Amino acid sequence: MKKELLKFLAFAVLVLAAPYALSGGYIMNVLVFVGINTMLAVALNLLLGYAGQISLGHAGFFGLGAYLSGILTTTAGWNPWLVMPLAAALVGVMAFVIGFPILKLKGHYLAMATLGLGIIIYIVFNETVDYTGGPSGLSGIPNLSAGSITFDSDVKNYYLIWSFTLAVCLFAINLANSRVGRALRAIHDSEVAARVVGVNARLLKVQIFALSAMISALAGSLYAHTMTFISPASFGFNFSIELLTMVVIGGLGSIYGSFLGAALLTLLPEFLRAAQDYDIVIYGGMLMVMVMFMPGGLVRGVPDLVRKLVKPRGGDRHA
Amino acid sequence: MQFDQILQYTLSGLSTGAIYALIGIGFSIIYNSTGIINFAQGEFVMLGGMLTLFFIGVLKLPIWAAMPCAVLVSALGGLLFERLAIRPLRQPTPINIVIITIGGRILIRGLAMLLWGKDTHSLPPFSGDDPIAIGGATILPQHLWILAITVVIIAANKFFFYHTISGKAMRACSYNSRAAGLVGIDVRRMVLFSFVISSAMGAVAGIIVAPLTMTAYDVGVMLGLKGFCAAIIGGMSSGVATVVGGLILGVLESLGAGLISSGYKDAIAFIILLLILFIRPQGLFGKAESERV
Repeated sequence: MKKELLKFLAFAVLVLAAPYALSGGYIMNVLVFVGINTMLAVALNLLLGYAGQISLGHAGFFGLGAYLSGILTTTAGWNPWLVMPLAAALVGVMAFVIGFPILKLKGHYLAMATLGLGIIIYIVFNETVDYTGGPSGLSGIPNLSAGSITFDSDVKNYYLIWSFTLAVCLFAINLANSRVGRALRAIHDSEVAARVVGVNARLLKVQIFALSAMISALAGSLYAHTMTFISPASFGFNFSIELLTMVVIGGLGSIYGSFLGAALLTLLPEFLRAAQDYDIVIYGGMLMVMVMFMPGGLVRGVPDLVRKLVKPRGGDRHA
Repeated sequence: MQFDQILQYTLSGLSTGAIYALIGIGFSIIYNSTGIINFAQGEFVMLGGMLTLFFIGVLKLPIWAAMPCAVLVSALGGLLFERLAIRPLRQPTPINIVIITIGGRILIRGLAMLLWGKDTHSLPPFSGDDPIAIGGATILPQHLWILAITVVIIAANKFFFYHTISGKAMRACSYNSRAAGLVGIDVRRMVLFSFVISSAMGAVAGIIVAPLTMTAYDVGVMLGLKGFCAAIIGGMSSGVATVVGGLILGVLESLGAGLISSGYKDAIAFIILLLILFIRPQGLFGKAESERV
């Protein structure tokens, strides 16, 4: 546990010091998105990596958070700080209610059902034009502000987003190392065995689903306030797949893996600007290659690979 | 509410439903022989339509030659997909298979986009587009083509699975693949067959629907999902139940779009999908099975 804490502190220091090493608004802007995507990937990882339950609809929860914040702070004029927890709670309750029937399903069926849910939410964003502005989006969402500071620049947003992201990471690490985390891993390995030893598997799966949705909604609210403009295109099926790719590439069941996956998938398109149409092909190929050759993700696969390369064939330890 | 209107929506719903049924049977064939839901299924539907266009437009083949070529190439695609992606999988857990077939889906779609661009194309109808009046409603000749070809394919499918040795072997694998292996059936080859057959069926669906709805690199997603929905309603059967599932879905969708709201047309299919999965995951006509541990 102490080692975990030290690892987290090192990570936090690196993150908070990054703006001093890197300069330029552009890279800061990209890193803000890395933060938001890390939060989302960690949320999905809690469900997929720890509890072993897939969701292809997380972009929907992300979008619900964004739209609730967007609509309530512009049209209704509510305080953004008040709306944020309210939105997360609403999305959490919704996920909790729908979680009972949906998490009864397993494997492929669960994947299809969550996918369907995500698409329904996406269609609602597009069709409720009076509230969401429909396909053309919702603009004029206020920046967050605290006292005399308004989070309207890239550097300020960087610190805002990353303080939330770090908090979510710390929370997830603690959860993973707690009794709940162990119970989740038990469900992952064998739900029946977990139930036999007294884990309330059904309730726990629904709770983690709701928690995961709440974190996604929180990320959505923050996204809305930093972007000040949202449209349904950001919350479609493709983004759910992108999130899945982040978690799988980074490594299932690893919080830092989620960060790696999120960072890679957010930075990659920035560097591949010239090849913008190819990015979707690259995602597809990466997903397949990772599952085939590195099912543990980068966090486990790369050290394994290095070990294999450093040691000659046959692994002669005496040499 | 006009009776003619309802008749019109029902008729056009039946022909889209037939398409969903074909795609759904493709899902079921693979599911029954492997327990895999192939998320890439819809992309073979897209390939059918796009390849036909490619053969007509670039290779200047006449349409009757372009269609079988497109089906063949799609079937080859299904074969490659099984050999290169599914079979080498070291840890074939459901989640890994979901992820790899999604990866395959994105890859196929992306390659199609790079090859053929993002434009929407239409295929000429097989025999003119003079509407035919039925009662107070009208349908296009293409609707009849769709229904006729679907019937033929389903009959051929039935014949294959019940009256040929390969078909019977595939059914044996779906009941119990270990026992099938013990009596000398090459289970891996049957799995390969199931991918080939279902990608060919998907391609046919993609070709016959293209003159009605246009085709583009990204049509596979929705068609695939709705085909899956049909298969779920039919309880993942590769026979009549899935056909009925497809027709029900097609008609409900068409009526919903016409009478309620066209914006929510796609949502109807997914709401039905969720309801069926929540209430009767074994399909409308199936009996509940208990889970084996």
